[in-house]
Order: sequence, then structure tokens, then C-alpha cells
Amino acid sequence: MFNSHNDNSLTSRLGKSPISRICYGFIICVLLMTTMGVYAAVLPDDRSDIMYHKYSGDGVSIDGPSYLLRKKVGNHVSFSANYYVDTVSGASIDVRATASPYQEQRKETSVGVDYLNEKTLLSTGYTNSSENDFEANSVFLGVKQDFFGDLSTVSINWSKGWDEVGVRGDDSFAEEADRQKFGFGWTQVMTKSLIMGFSAEHISDEGYLNNPYRSIRFLDPDSERGFRFTRETYPTTRSSNAYSINANYYLPYRAALYADARIYNDSWGIDANNFKLGYIHPIGGWTIDIFARHYSQESADFYGDLFAREDEFNFMARDKEMSSYSGITAGLHLSYEWQFSQTATFKKSSIHFEYDYMRFDYDNFRDVTAVDAVVGEEPLFGFSAYVLKIYASIWY
Amino acid sequence: MKVSSNQSFNTVISKAIKLGVILAAIALGGCSSTIDEMGKTVSNFELEPWVKPFERSNLADPIMAVGRNPIALSYAKHVHESREGARGASGSAGGGCGCN
Repeated sequence: MFNSHNDNSLTSRLGKSPISRICYGFIICVLLMTTMGVYAAVLPDDRSDIMYHKYSGDGVSIDGPSYLLRKKVGNHVSFSANYYVDTVSGASIDVRATASPYQEQRKETSVGVDYLNEKTLLSTGYTNSSENDFEANSVFLGVKQDFFGDLSTVSINWSKGWDEVGVRGDDSFAEEADRQKFGFGWTQVMTKSLIMGFSAEHISDEGYLNNPYRSIRFLDPDSERGFRFTRETYPTTRSSNAYSINANYYLPYRAALYADARIYNDSWGIDANNFKLGYIHPIGGWTIDIFARHYSQESADFYGDLFAREDEFNFMARDKEMSSYSGITAGLHLSYEWQFSQTATFKKSSIHFEYDYMRFDYDNFRDVTAVDAVVGEEPLFGFSAYVLKIYASIWY
Repeated sequence: MKVSSNQSFNTVISKAIKLGVILAAIALGGCSSTIDEMGKTVSNFELEPWVKPFERSNLADPIMAVGRNPIALSYAKHVHESREGARGASGSAGGGCGCN
């Protein structure tokens, strides 16, 4: 069992999420766009998916189910619904440094509608993410248009999110954050075997943007360890721009190569890039998908592993997702598909097993749990993790 | 001092994207200009889809679909967005093969 802290001590309040809270509102916007917006100007297939997912790494385990349901009504409208649960337990390096392990649950519900009129697809949706100390709501609106003999697809998306940030054990803490996203995408058939895409997205945030459970550390010669912790302070605005390209290439035999690359920068000074290369090979009813992905970023302007004093700067962060680091992901995905009669109630079904290995190495985030280390010279932190997805799909 | 293998890499990627856009514009435009008998410049803007519907069987194969498993795609993005400082532009407009 994990300790549950109900007192209002700093260490208790710091014993929180391994995932940046600021990300959640943003993530649900991404999920909305992902589940409702990635197809061309045709209605999504009628299908249901049920998945068990698990992430394990850095002392944290996050798992739970996810259910996705899609159904057309007539020839122009399709409805979708997704219910997703994260059950978080354990203690990441941030928590181990300052507090005790914990357990909590996040539940997310999304609903959406797609409307197709000739070559135009309109999509809208709503998502709610709920925890005992965090509430996020988001709406999404998108339009997609096929043209040029259906070789080109342009999409424009907008979404807005509202977050309510609380702190467990501190009823007086209540903050808010708003978020808007503007996205543009262009997908182009280049040849009989090559599709390429370009995406650009601007995101702006305003409000309480830091994680109330994350802390900075600063030198304090009077303390036992030579340093102490206090809550982070972030700017109240953030704007970011990301640009990506992707390509899918059909090989001379039945298999495909795919790749994508993205560059990113924001007003906090974070510069990042990532690229991915994958290969898909069907064998009978089986499909094998392998890929490798690399990510790296430079730290935010106000990030520091160890500050000189408690109030050294107006803005100070020690969230490791704000530091300089790089990460790799390697994945192996297997699936098997059954085809049924097109006149049957169920047209097709499949089962999937997907395993991803992840490794992160930090350039300026140190492991303060190291014993007998000189302050500021602790070993640099790094960790490995795995992601597991097991799911079944059925088309009807 | 924060710097920079990333920034130089970003510059290269940025230039590559610009080059790609220019090439795409050229490919899409397929335009040229000629001078008629009167010495007037005439634009020959002939732009037609170069992959016909009957040539799209490869593109229609499910293995070419970016979002063929949306429930897994959503979760993969969730995992990355949770552990990385970057965000956005993680999907394309999708489709475009005109297969339906």
C-alpha cells in the first residue's frame, strides 16, 4: 500500500504527480484531435476498441482501460465516444526527493460528432478529465477538405481548454488556466506509393501553468543536506509553435516505411525536436510494426537544478520536463486480423500487442536521492520505462 | 549558457521543410510561362492530379494509414506529451488518397 498524506505539509503537497499537471489539459486537446480528426474527408469506420494500457518506469506505474466506440447514423454523421482511465501509483524521482508514494486515478470522457458533406468533413468534440485535485474541460472544432482530385487534404483545427487546479489537502488552493490551440495540416499524395504531410500548431496558455506539487531546490548551508525545496514559480503565459512533416512509403512488396520529424520552440525558451522511423510488414493475417524514435530538448530559460537562494529569480523551475534531455523509444507492435463477410454484422476484428521501450537521459537534472554526494555534483538522472498496449478491435 | 546542437539541428530541419514546401509548390504548380506572337507573356498553368483513382491501390492499403488504430495512437501521444516539454503538431491532416 502507498502512504496517503492528508496533512497540509509541504512534503505532502509535493508528493504528487509524476506527470506534469500542466500537460493534462493540453493532452485532452490532443486526444480530441487524435480521436476525431486524423482521417480524410470520409466518415470514420464503425468500430469499437477495448484496450488495457500500462506505463512503468522511474518507480511509477500507470495503467487502466480505454474504450472507444464509433457509429455512423446515415451517410453524413458519425458519433464517437471514448472513456479512459489512468490509475497512478508509485513515486517518481520528484516525489522520492521530497515526499512519499501515492495512488490516484484520472478519468477522461470524450464525445464527438463528425459531419460529412461531399468532400468536407466537419468535426466537433468535448472532453472532460477529472481527478480529485484537477479538472480539465476542452472543446474542439475542425474542418477538413479534400481537393485536387482527392490528392490533397487541408485541415484547420481550433480547440479551447479550461483547467481548474487544486492541491490535495489544501482546500484554499484554487487556480485556473486557459488554453487555445490553432492547427493547420496539409496531406499530399506525392506518387502512387508515397503520401507526405505537413502540420503546424500554435498553442497559447494563460493562468496557473506550473505543477503545484513540483519544487525547486536552493542552497541552504544551515539545513542538514545543504539545500532545501520550495514550490516552483512559472510565468503565467506560454505560447508555442510546432512544425512537423511525415511520410508513408509503400515498398515494392507489401510493406511500408514511415517517418516523421518535428521541430518545436516556445516562449519559455524550450527548443526541441524529434524524429521517428518505422517499418510495417504484413504476413498473412499478422502485421509486424517496428519503429525507433528520438527526442531531445533544451531547457526552459528559468530552469535550474540548484538555485543559489530561495528567491533568486522571479521564475524558477526544476521540473525535469523543463530541463535539457534526450530520449529514445523503440517499439514492437504485433497484430492479427480476421476478415468476415461484408454482409455479416461484424465485418472484421483484430487483436494487438504493442510494446515500447523508452530511455531518458538528463543533461542538467541531478539525482538528489544519491547518498553522500556533494551538493550540486550528484549524478545526472536517467531512467528506463516500458509502455504496453493490449487491445481488441471490431468493425461493424 | 543554453545551446545548441539542437538549435543547429532545428535550423537544418527548418531549411529542409522550407525546401520541401518549395519543391511541393513547384510540383503542385507545374506552371510555366511562354511568350505569344504579340510578345505578351502567357501563363500556362496546367495542373492536374497525377495519380489517377485506379492507381491508388497501394495508398489504400491499411498499412499506409497513419491513424489506423486511433485508440493506440491517442495513448502513444498521451505518453509522449506527458514526458516531453514539446507539444503540438504531432499529427498530419491524414488521408488524401481519395480511395473512397
